[in-house]
Amino acid sequence: MANHGNHAASGAHGHDHGHGGHHDLEALRQMGFWLFLITDCILFGTLFATYIVLHNNTAGGPTASELFEMPGVIAETFILLTSSFTSGLAVLCMNRGNRQGLIGWLAVTAILGAAFIGLEVSEFLKMVDEGAKISTSAFLSGFYTLVGTHGLHVSVGLCWMIALMFQLRKHGITSVTRRKVNVISLYWHFLDVVWIFVFTIVYMMGVM
Amino acid sequence: MLDKIKDFASDFFVTGDPLIYGADVAIVLTMAAVVFVLSYFKKWGWLWREWLTTVDHKKIGIMYIIAALLMLFRGGVDALLMRTQLVMPEMDFLKPEHYNEIFTTHGVIMILFMAMPLMFGLFNIAVPLQIGARDVAFPFLNSLSFWLFFMGAMLFNLSFVIGGSPNAGWLAYPPLSEKMFNPGVGQDFYIWGIQISGIGSLMTGINFIVTILKMRAPGMKLMKMPMFTWSVLASSLTIILAFPILTVTLALLFIDRFLGAHFFTLDAGGNPMMYINLIWMWGHPEVYIVILPAFGIFSEIVSTFSKKKLFGYKSMVFALMSISVVSFFTWAHHFFTMGSGANVNAFFAVSTMIIAIPTGVKVFNWILTMYKGKISFKTPMLWTMGFIPCFVVGGMTGVLLSVAPADFQFHNSYFLIAHFHQVLIGGVAFGYFAGLYYWWPKMFGFSLNEKLGKWAFWLWNIGFYVCFMPQYLLGLMGMTRRYSSYSWDTGWFELNLVSTIGGFLMGIGFLFQVWQILHSIKFMQKDTTGDPWDGRTLEWSIPSPAPEYNFATEPRVSAMDDWWEKKQKLASGGAPEPKPALEPIHMPKNSGIPIIKATFWFIAGFGFVFDWMWMAIPGLIGVAACMLAHSFNYDTDYYIPVDEIKRTEAAAGRGV
Amino acid sequence: MAQHPTGHSHDAHAHGDSHESHGSLKSYVIGFVLSLVLTIIPLVAVLNDMVEGTAARVLLLVTAVLQFVVQLFFFMHLREEKKPRWNLMALILGLVIVLTIVIGSIWIMTYNKVA
Repeated sequence: MANHGNHAASGAHGHDHGHGGHHDLEALRQMGFWLFLITDCILFGTLFATYIVLHNNTAGGPTASELFEMPGVIAETFILLTSSFTSGLAVLCMNRGNRQGLIGWLAVTAILGAAFIGLEVSEFLKMVDEGAKISTSAFLSGFYTLVGTHGLHVSVGLCWMIALMFQLRKHGITSVTRRKVNVISLYWHFLDVVWIFVFTIVYMMGVM
Repeated sequence: MLDKIKDFASDFFVTGDPLIYGADVAIVLTMAAVVFVLSYFKKWGWLWREWLTTVDHKKIGIMYIIAALLMLFRGGVDALLMRTQLVMPEMDFLKPEHYNEIFTTHGVIMILFMAMPLMFGLFNIAVPLQIGARDVAFPFLNSLSFWLFFMGAMLFNLSFVIGGSPNAGWLAYPPLSEKMFNPGVGQDFYIWGIQISGIGSLMTGINFIVTILKMRAPGMKLMKMPMFTWSVLASSLTIILAFPILTVTLALLFIDRFLGAHFFTLDAGGNPMMYINLIWMWGHPEVYIVILPAFGIFSEIVSTFSKKKLFGYKSMVFALMSISVVSFFTWAHHFFTMGSGANVNAFFAVSTMIIAIPTGVKVFNWILTMYKGKISFKTPMLWTMGFIPCFVVGGMTGVLLSVAPADFQFHNSYFLIAHFHQVLIGGVAFGYFAGLYYWWPKMFGFSLNEKLGKWAFWLWNIGFYVCFMPQYLLGLMGMTRRYSSYSWDTGWFELNLVSTIGGFLMGIGFLFQVWQILHSIKFMQKDTTGDPWDGRTLEWSIPSPAPEYNFATEPRVSAMDDWWEKKQKLASGGAPEPKPALEPIHMPKNSGIPIIKATFWFIAGFGFVFDWMWMAIPGLIGVAACMLAHSFNYDTDYYIPVDEIKRTEAAAGRGV
Repeated sequence: MAQHPTGHSHDAHAHGDSHESHGSLKSYVIGFVLSLVLTIIPLVAVLNDMVEGTAARVLLLVTAVLQFVVQLFFFMHLREEKKPRWNLMALILGLVIVLTIVIGSIWIMTYNKVA
């Protein structure tokens, strides 16, 4: 798990040569990143499959409907949704050559992302406190791993976004930083999509 | 205090077996020798600058191949140890625990640390040259992939002398691989070794897809690509779709062991069968990942050594691509006996039979390419000719296994063992050997001795049949896999004896290959033409070994087998094409980050294996620091000036 | 490395540009509003027990998939990729495999339930 989270960043930071003027190269990297997202899709697909197969195996422990508290989850959902939108606004600013606006919207996105992580961590802590641990049942193993992997992805994205803001301040909007912004916003939209399915399959179907 | 250290050491190091002490001594001596030689000849700087930090796909390819051959040796020794134990009933050569460890490491090493890197080595050597590119799309990532593979392999092999080897079979089925039944560190070495190298494989897959789709020389349409490049595309596609499943499956197993979760345990709602379902969703495509490039290699070789265009190019492309997709719909045939119901078994039996069709198409294409060709029996061609009958038989027994009701008899018997060794040795190993012989002159600039190569081929080929044909019979006689011993009254003695003799014949074949390489280095026959086989594709149009920038000027492609067509045109009196003017070439700079980052992964992995957070966490921090260092580095490329290109080309005997 | 990826260099250019010339504020706002609506509908319907059982499941999955499509088109600008559409092809193949993993696992494991 930790392993994968780091891989997420290596996919993005990993291929990084050349600078200004090597436009084709940046397009290659963007394509490479898209393929990485496809692999990430499959990673989450496998976690979903595991969760779905095991989600009824509560082994006498708490069930989904006993455990989940929707207000927090709904807040998380709208926060992440909004952050997906603001990361798009950052790209729009970039395309207009507005560096301040770009960094500003990235900062807003990062703050929203941090709020999401904060809510999720407090949700997890509360559940553990109630005795619902990863070792309690197969259902909870699947739950923590699936949702936690998503949270780890968001956290890695946050660190990466902050690193990118420093680079934007130093280098401005070049073909390299432009590609990096495009790629992180794609990543962010992707995490939002994954969350939609976490929200639907894990939480909504869990409590209904 | 001293007692404590002693206690720790006797747990930490593997003890008690003379074989292992022998290996310890050999490892220490080899390492001392390497350090001595490097220091004595003052080669440390050279090693670091030219190899460890290189981003050149050709050098990375060579490093992959060297590592793979070392792993072939280790995996081969494992195999011979097993065959020795089974040579006669009630042998007392290996203890059962030791036998379990050896069949586990044999399988893992041969597939993941021998076949995969040998395949990636050939990808790296041939693909950019075949498509007229100067490197892969992401050279830094390529170097990182290699070092991740290397560190993963080292971590896995370390378990031999430290902590104890994994012993739950090559796919580590739970519940045997769970903490309850397997409390040692062996399974954790297994998980982390594969996990770290698996990340590398995934990135290589992405790298080659982008390289092939986006970096072909002008004029090289998709349907004019060399067949090996097509097979690499198919294989890479399968890699990126399958490897994430492996990553997750192993991660879940690790979470079970490390955090006490219940994915695959017997209690608290866990379900070990889910692991089997998941691991084969990767495992089945994996065998196609390794066989598809071998198909590509055979296609290149058959056409080159028959002096004919490949028969049925389009059907070959279609077969490759359809196999890479259909391979995702057959996984359950590995566990027909699990009890998933008649519908599931029927579906997967049929899909398995369907995938045999495109494979059959290829065999006809190869045979028809040879038909009426001017065949020359050089070593690469010999391996190809050896492959065809071997693979056909292996494929047929595979179809037998796919018949779900019959599989209840064959399952996990030596019939299965013989089947998959026949497709993996006869298909994959023969294929990569063929590729190695074929591209060797291009890699190193000299040819391998043909006579010794023929000895090696015949020993391998005959040894193969002697070793594995008896195993089909043993399977039908009821011998199941992973037996460490059997009794006299089973009647399996004679066939096992024959099988062991065959195994050692292949071992001697390997020694001949080593001899062949050493002999060829000593009596070097330089390849001055760059085109020793009268080849057909672009890699043969440049000097051997290829200069670091590959092509002095970007090639223009107008036909399939473009180099062959150009040669034909020249021979029939056509005017040579005018050479475009040289331009400075833009190249990526070497980087030390990949090897350092992979080392941090190694440290983190080792920490997790032993539950040493004081080691794992700094390791992960190191990984993160390397990523940041790389992200903030904007000075990553340079230009080779025209003068230097002229000098290099002139030195290779090419006027510009 | 430095060579121009000429096999499809014009595509490469076009692709690189796609995020610059397209993706207006309007498309982001439409995408955002649609996402909000598609989140609120299932929330209201399911949490207030307006639909139940299979119908609720279908509603949930349909709105989730629609929202995925919305993000693909309005946020990730998938529509604007120039030919050959490698990204789209890779995505479709990836989704086929994801569905295979999920549905295949459910199907195979139905007969192997333990609890």
